[in-house]
Amino acid sequence: MGKVLTITSGKGGVGKTTTTANIGAALAGLGKKVVCIDADIGLRNLDLVLGLENRIVYDLVDVVEGRCRLRQAMIRDKRLPELYLIPAAQTRDKTAVSPSDMVEICDELRREFDWVLIDSPAGIERGFRNAIAPADEVVVVTNPEVSSVRDADRIIGLIEAEEKGPARLIINRLDPRMVRSGDMLSVEDVVELLAIELLGVIPEDESIVINTNRGMPVVLNPKSKAGQAFHNIARRLLGEKVPFMPIEEESGGLRKLLGRWLRGG
Amino acid sequence: MARSGIFEIKGIGDGLLVTVKSGAEWQAVHTALRNHFSERAAFFKGARVALDLGTMPLSAKELEALRADLERLGIELWAVEAESPKTVKAARALGLATRVPRPEPGKTKPRRAAQPLGEEAILVRGALRSGMRVEFAGHVVVLGNVHAGAEVVAGGNIIVWGRLRGLAHAGAWGNREAVVCALELSPTQLRIADVIAASPAEQAAPQPEIASLKGNQVVAEPWDTSP
Repeated sequence: MGKVLTITSGKGGVGKTTTTANIGAALAGLGKKVVCIDADIGLRNLDLVLGLENRIVYDLVDVVEGRCRLRQAMIRDKRLPELYLIPAAQTRDKTAVSPSDMVEICDELRREFDWVLIDSPAGIERGFRNAIAPADEVVVVTNPEVSSVRDADRIIGLIEAEEKGPARLIINRLDPRMVRSGDMLSVEDVVELLAIELLGVIPEDESIVINTNRGMPVVLNPKSKAGQAFHNIARRLLGEKVPFMPIEEESGGLRKLLGRWLRGG
Repeated sequence: MARSGIFEIKGIGDGLLVTVKSGAEWQAVHTALRNHFSERAAFFKGARVALDLGTMPLSAKELEALRADLERLGIELWAVEAESPKTVKAARALGLATRVPRPEPGKTKPRRAAQPLGEEAILVRGALRSGMRVEFAGHVVVLGNVHAGAEVVAGGNIIVWGRLRGLAHAGAWGNREAVVCALELSPTQLRIADVIAASPAEQAAPQPEIASLKGNQVVAEPWDTSP
């Protein structure tokens, strides 16, 4: 039976879609059968990030409204053995789908796939509720920055209230130079504020913008540090104990922090 | 007082209290409430409603659905009283109050009382995350951290056995003797009675402190353990 993982954040623009695409691609690269669902109806992006926009015929709303079978809305990524996308509709909005629709669809997908990844929209309203309704586990993405951390805290509270917790955390866009100069929250700062288990840290990496514009997930780029970080997250999701990457070359503050995490297991 | 098989409505203080009978099923309750209020929409428009759910366990999703329905009718759901911890958690996550001051016979506005109601206190376990709100007429004790973006409002004192990083309002109904204590006092804003204070500069080595009103200023002092 497959597992449903929802990726959410509260704040917009922190990297949920990038994370969903890359975890999906990484899991598929590790031999798993994966389907990604874009739950951001009306503002769909997952198709762009995966470079599959031109192949959309049917979408999630067509499935919900019975205009096509689930299979017909699935787009297979030709680069990886078993990676599929169910895109959102761009011309509708979040009221077109209900939480129970999502649960029904995911129950069907669980039977065929190892992993069902749901890209949640930003916010705390209907779109978010749709995305977490079927979740077995939830991952919260945040940037090391006060407003996204504040919104992440809110979303974690809602996840716990819906009994979908405990969520795990991905800190995206960490810039070690800014942390060192005291201009950016450190990993330790963010984890202390949010008080949930850390799943992974993605460094700021310009290859993300470059690759997104080309519709290619960064995990397929062996030179990208962010790609390696996403790959490690996929391995951790599969139960492997993967040490956190040293993001800095020099020893000092950050290395000491990472040392603490390593000792913690 | 209005009665149906499933719930009872009566007036309290400045609003209405809806008490749900035990053994009812939530779908039926939700539908019955929605029908009752929408059939009398003109009468109920603008009302403030508190809900007493007894032992019924509810999720945030279910509560929010009711709140949204009532909002469409111009009715504000502001508090949910519940014995089930799941329901209390859901109410807090939605920013709803979880205690409703009941009017004592002979008193018309108990919420404006000069003293807290005796030494009654509630204990809140676990972290209060951003967006959660606890409101109580007596004292509030939190066993855990209060995150920035969370709010604690008490008629009496507020004691946080943890880090206070959110908003704390003690003596919220006029008690100027109320205090706020925390193992680490770093609130975004502190209020005692009608005095509002912005947070002082962050301390290098946080220590337990107690904040109280001295004249018209909120003053924080280290917790003095000497006899």
